[in-house]
Amino acid sequence: MTASTIAPSASAMLELRGLGKSFELHHQHGARLDVLDDVELTLHAGECVVLSGPSGVGKSSLLRVIYANYRPSRGVVRVRHAGNWLDLAEATPHQVLDVRRHTLGYVSQFLRVIPRVPALDIVAEPLLEAGLSAQEARQRAGTLLQRLNVPERLWRLPPGTFSGGEQQRVNIARGLIVSRPLLLLDEPTASLDADNRVVVAELLEDARAAGSAVLGIFHDEDMRDRVATRLFPMRPFQLT
Amino acid sequence: MSALLQVRGLSHHYGLRIGCQDVSFDLHPGELLCIVGESGSGKSTLLKAAAAQLTPSAGSVRYHQRDGAWLDLGELSEADRRRLAREEWGFVTQNPRDGLRLNVSAGANVAERLMALGMRNYGQLRDIARGWLERVEIDPSRIDDAPTAFSGGMQQRLQIARTLVTQPRLVFMDEPTAGLDVSVQARILDLLRRLVNELGLAAVMVTHDLAVARLLAARTMVMQGGRVVETGLTDQILDDPQHPYTQLLVSSVLTT
Repeated sequence: MTASTIAPSASAMLELRGLGKSFELHHQHGARLDVLDDVELTLHAGECVVLSGPSGVGKSSLLRVIYANYRPSRGVVRVRHAGNWLDLAEATPHQVLDVRRHTLGYVSQFLRVIPRVPALDIVAEPLLEAGLSAQEARQRAGTLLQRLNVPERLWRLPPGTFSGGEQQRVNIARGLIVSRPLLLLDEPTASLDADNRVVVAELLEDARAAGSAVLGIFHDEDMRDRVATRLFPMRPFQLT
Repeated sequence: MSALLQVRGLSHHYGLRIGCQDVSFDLHPGELLCIVGESGSGKSTLLKAAAAQLTPSAGSVRYHQRDGAWLDLGELSEADRRRLAREEWGFVTQNPRDGLRLNVSAGANVAERLMALGMRNYGQLRDIARGWLERVEIDPSRIDDAPTAFSGGMQQRLQIARTLVTQPRLVFMDEPTAGLDVSVQARILDLLRRLVNELGLAAVMVTHDLAVARLLAARTMVMQGGRVVETGLTDQILDDPQHPYTQLLVSSVLTT
């Protein structure tokens, strides 16, 4: 069933084999948009691989396919989940949800604001889902927001009116508050100042030291040099 | 994890016209499933057929009872179906006036379903009712007012309190936020989101609003012409829709 018959190495967390993605747009005269073709990548525990390549090359799409936000058109997305390998391309929705809850984290570029929900609760929510008490979840959320320099007077407010950088830090806190073995990051530092970038870099180093595998997009070169253990160059889809 | 509700090949026809046709899904404990689609796509028919309010033309609905037994709803007597609706399920209608008793007080509306379960202590019922009014953000001092004196948004929140007070395991909701102002809607959605999490409710919710599905449901089913045309994770369906009809739905949403 899978392209690779070789047993994955002990520390491998993610394996992409022959991964491709095309969009079929039924209402644009059946136009087909090819974004990814034959992507092969193995990601190991403790490493931080940064996707590189020009804008439009499919970096964000690749992260979304791995997160199962986009459905792959072909190929395999194997994730080590609860001690077993699971191909997300063939997993049931309930399996994907379980992988997202315990194994696979994703920090998007922008925070999805929920009306009326304060920043502190947005950050604490993944901990509540993991079974922590509301009090402990909020306490830990506060500690992380503090580390990311989000002023305490903002914690009780819904982030709809926050600046771009503040929203992004709330988003990072939400994405990193539960330690997951596999982390996907889509430009999490794009609107942060230098001080806050350093904090994010430290958080990622902590995650790696704890054994997480990180796959990310960082356009800022300093940031990339600081966090990357390896680059993964992406080339535009080859038209055949 | 074992399912709470199993729907298989469920159809309901109105004479020759299709209400819903050959629908199958599983609902797990603690999960909220949204059914989306335009008016007339069969969403409400499916909801009512799954909740045993309509007799299916074909197919089956099985429910995993609190005591662990599986019930085939098609084989239940009317009395057993009523017991289930009273003890283990809840139903929230689009128009709160259909789900509330308008001639009794707000407090009585909340307490009624508890009384149906055998609770009789007046003081205790009143305390619980007051607690639930607070929980749905209705001033408890309005406990003796009739729901007719409430705004539409308050009535809907009262209906939610009335439904959830018995701590049902499974709730069916038919467009609970349709026809309300956006600010009122946001408040009710926030409330539902919190209560679903706090109580670990399983729910099937019909909505025509994709943003509601995104906010509340991990999984979504898309219906067109009585059939399910696409089903999956809500974020997948909204961000990478596959079926032509889903693509049309998603691309028709206005963004601000």
